[in-house]
Amino acid sequence: MDFFLQLLVSGVVVGSIYALVALGFVLIYKVTRVINFAQGEFLMVGAYVCLALVAQLQLPFWIAFLMTMAVSVGLGLLIERLALRPMLGQPIIAIIMLTIGLSSVLKCAVLVIWGPNNRAYPQIFSQVPIHLGSVVISQVYLWSVGFAVLFLGLFTLFFRYSNAGMAMRAVADDQQAALSMGISLKKVFAMAWCIAFLVASVGGVFLGNINVVNVSLGFFGMKVFPAAVLGGLDSIPGAIVGGLSIGLIEALSGGYLDPLVGGGSKEVIPFIVLVIILMVKPYGLFGRAASAKV
Amino acid sequence: MSARYCGDYKTSYGQEMVLFQTFFSRLWILLFLIGLYTAPLYLNEYALYVCNLIGIAVIGALGLNILAGFTGQISLGHGAFLGVGAYASAYLVMDLGVPFFVALPCAGLIAACCGLVFGIPSLRLKGLYLAIATLAAQFIIEYLMVHVEGVTNGVLGKMVDFPSCLGFSFDTDQRYFYLVTTLALLATLITKNIVRTRPGRAFIAIRDQPVSAEVMGVNPFKYKLMAFAFSSFLAGIAGSLWAHYVTIITPEHFTLGVSIEYLAMIIIGGMGQIIGSIFGAVFMVLLPEVLRVASGALSGQFPVIVNLFAAIKEGVFGLIIIAFLIYEPDGLAHRWQLAKSYWKLWPFSQ
Repeated sequence: MDFFLQLLVSGVVVGSIYALVALGFVLIYKVTRVINFAQGEFLMVGAYVCLALVAQLQLPFWIAFLMTMAVSVGLGLLIERLALRPMLGQPIIAIIMLTIGLSSVLKCAVLVIWGPNNRAYPQIFSQVPIHLGSVVISQVYLWSVGFAVLFLGLFTLFFRYSNAGMAMRAVADDQQAALSMGISLKKVFAMAWCIAFLVASVGGVFLGNINVVNVSLGFFGMKVFPAAVLGGLDSIPGAIVGGLSIGLIEALSGGYLDPLVGGGSKEVIPFIVLVIILMVKPYGLFGRAASAKV
Repeated sequence: MSARYCGDYKTSYGQEMVLFQTFFSRLWILLFLIGLYTAPLYLNEYALYVCNLIGIAVIGALGLNILAGFTGQISLGHGAFLGVGAYASAYLVMDLGVPFFVALPCAGLIAACCGLVFGIPSLRLKGLYLAIATLAAQFIIEYLMVHVEGVTNGVLGKMVDFPSCLGFSFDTDQRYFYLVTTLALLATLITKNIVRTRPGRAFIAIRDQPVSAEVMGVNPFKYKLMAFAFSSFLAGIAGSLWAHYVTIITPEHFTLGVSIEYLAMIIIGGMGQIIGSIFGAVFMVLLPEVLRVASGALSGQFPVIVNLFAAIKEGVFGLIIIAFLIYEPDGLAHRWQLAKSYWKLWPFSQ
């Protein structure tokens, strides 16, 4: 039972970060109809930028964290302007390949700047674990869940009540109608990429604090696909539910299946789940089924 | 004789279907073939090695182009299907003692069956969702390659012999060159003919107007599956040839990166163009070799380059993909068309 609870906790922690990254992913898909294969690299860049500010420039963590968020927004703007805007109206495969190319470029930039070795954050959160009954939780876990929930909440409110958020929802709903209401598509698209980069960076910073920082953080982005598809590619609550579920499934399969199959099930189970969802309920739990027009 | 008529004066379907219509196009293709088959006489080992890699990549890229370029179904699992072919062929030849020339088509067929399994979702899924499904296929197959150690020998890698037939072993670059080139030419010819006939037209119809295609009596499920099967069949053949050429295969050879490389090939070469697959394969095989030479030359001044070679290679790949998508979305095949039409009217072209 303790083992189960422990797995549950780590599943929720990782799942909340998945949810955060999936939020950005779903947002981009919802607003711009682009599948972003570079989401994992956004996360990696965020982790490295914050690490550089903390470890190399010796800035206090919270200032570095805020600066990372600012840098992420800047990079999001830059990427949208330079790479994505020329591709408006191109076929899906071209845009998918563009984001894949983007992920290669970002990975290369990180390797050239910071080198291939593992790096670790200096100790930021107290290492004294917290005991909740029989379950032991380290503080960094609590912080990352807290921040994930905070950001998820903030963005939910943002989409619901702010003008910009409503404009984004309008664009996601019907681009033509939104355009004719005087909403600037360019601004909305740019905002979507900024938010996506921002939430991915936040996820990356906390993931970097939990684990080591290296280029394989980018692989984390791949796990966003099962999460987003499970929830439904165009549903923001879906991204949150999907992210948490995939985190839990991964933790439980890692705990119970690994001894049976000899390791590695964590890497593959989310994708098996993904295939099953696609076969049974292709538009996910909360997604809107696409209808074909003749 | 060499010129084209200004109108279409063909009197039979046979004349219409001739692949090379004019004297000069026939002459050029003949000279090209002669040049190709005498290449081992004047190319050194290294150049032949690169040519062999190009030949293998051409076969794989043709397969992916049928699926992604002609049928419009995005596959991110091509690298895994390549791996299925490689391991199938290695297992058949090394563990079961099947002759290579039987194992080669079997490897293709096994890869095709895998392709069919992962192609089934294609009926319900469109574009983006299909890309994600094939991404899942890639990871699942990669996992199996690492963990089904009885067949694949896991991460340690599996040793494979050079192919041999009736005591003749294709164990040098020259000998392998003839094998690969012949198969690549055969694959090109077959693919060209498939896209000119009913299945090919059905593929294009499904890509351009899926609903209209269905209304016109094209069964989308059947033809999508056919495209998946043919595509992974060629991937399997390419994988098998590759396995028997490098003689040791590990799961690391068939990662998502390989799938992306093949997608880059057909995008750079030209989607939905047979010749695009060839251009793309040549480009993507030559690029790392050129980069290697360049980094070797620059390593005197910047010793860091040697350590970062893999990273820089990936970055350059990424930049080239982005640049092609933004500035030349129709790929090198389009450039080739432009060049040809320029010389057709020369000196009156502008």
